[in-house]
Amino acid sequence: MIALIDYGAGNVGSVLKAVQYLGYPAQPIDRAELLNDAEKIILPGQGHFGAMMKALEERRLLDLLRTKLAAGVPYLGICLGLQTLYAGSDEAPEICGLGLLAGRVRRFEAVAKVPQVGWNQIQMLRETGLFQGVREGSFVYYCHSYYGPVTEETVAVTEYGETYAAAVEKGNVWAVQFHPEKSAEVGLKVLKNFLES
Amino acid sequence: MFAKRIIPCLDCKDGRVVKGVQFVNLRDAGDPGELAEAYNRAGADELVMLDISAAREGRATLMDTVNRVARKLFIPLTVGGGVRTLVDARRLLAAGADKVAINTAAVETPDLISELAGRFGSQAVVVAIDARGIRNSKSETGKSKLEHRKVEEEEVRFSNFEFRVSESLPEGLARPRWTVFTYGGTHDTHLDAEQWAQRVATLGAGEILLTSMDADGTQAGFDCELTATISRAVPIPVIASGGAGGPEHFADVFLRGGADAALAASIFHFETHSIRSLKEYLRARGVPVRLT
Repeated sequence: MIALIDYGAGNVGSVLKAVQYLGYPAQPIDRAELLNDAEKIILPGQGHFGAMMKALEERRLLDLLRTKLAAGVPYLGICLGLQTLYAGSDEAPEICGLGLLAGRVRRFEAVAKVPQVGWNQIQMLRETGLFQGVREGSFVYYCHSYYGPVTEETVAVTEYGETYAAAVEKGNVWAVQFHPEKSAEVGLKVLKNFLES
Repeated sequence: MFAKRIIPCLDCKDGRVVKGVQFVNLRDAGDPGELAEAYNRAGADELVMLDISAAREGRATLMDTVNRVARKLFIPLTVGGGVRTLVDARRLLAAGADKVAINTAAVETPDLISELAGRFGSQAVVVAIDARGIRNSKSETGKSKLEHRKVEEEEVRFSNFEFRVSESLPEGLARPRWTVFTYGGTHDTHLDAEQWAQRVATLGAGEILLTSMDADGTQAGFDCELTATISRAVPIPVIASGGAGGPEHFADVFLRGGADAALAASIFHFETHSIRSLKEYLRARGVPVRLT
């Protein structure tokens, strides 16, 4: 079973729809017990970094998520689901992230329009199963005001005033800043690659 | 490269797309689901669905329509028309919309914008602004509305907004050039469009869908002046709407109007211009677009 973590404010519905469209059984999970049977985990985040971390904590999902990631369960983070992998975020300085990636999530400063809403291109830094069959320079849909800095785990970047992490890979953990569930054919391909991995 | 967005708009009534639709290869050109899929395949960057049903029964149909449209659509979908409350918005989002557009309700209850943003995130909140140039808003006698302002001022019911236009403007404050209309363009609120745009951005709107009532329906081009003024005034994306007649109009509104996205209905429905050829034209003119 593919577990979609539902912390009450995310874009779970549209990710669920995309996963089901691709022919995989998936289930929104809002309680810790249910996460135990997960073969794969997707965290489709949206909204405020601090609010999401608190909501995960309240539902006792945070500790279990850490355990599952450490145990090697494949994980795909989307948007905030990528940002949470860093040590923390300027959006909620008092709250810790999962800390799998070094550095802090920052706000776009060098651009006239924030959030970045719309389609932008990905530039691949190295090969990853997640982007198998996805062309260099493909457009994907973004909607965010904060971005993760480039680290050694970054597999693709995008430019919007800054060059930031579009996708990361660390062992069993993958994450994308864009919304694959809203990125037409390219997005479905990325989701399919994760589901088939 | 960050792309400018091309957004077809489906005007729906009682579950059907109205305004002439002449897509080839469609079994039923009035079916929103089928049309949405066609636009998805054609390379649209997003879709906007506006419900123009007058009656309440139309609203129930809308949920079903959104559901059908969203099921196979993997690009962002904005739905608007008659959204007045948090509950209306929640229903649409649950039915599969990614964003809701509010217009009249936002003017009458500006707090609704921050409530929606707080509950669903700014990315889900599009404030639609219908604006008309002051010099163009003629009254029946042919005199401009501004000249009648003193009389109308007493009739204004929207007291919860401080930027209302009045004859007694403080020294040095420029008279607004565009005012905001509600109720489908029938009611002049006398709000300065530029200041209203800034206010909605402050309240947490994620994007502004800006329709020029002067340009709408003319197919003579977007109102680049209005678009540029609003786009400069706010830190959030502005979607230009109204007046699209040809590819050059899109180039104008992106290059001169500073629009982040452009919306049109008839021009795409009639397949006068396919989205792909429009984007190829824009790319040649130096406008960054997503070509797949």
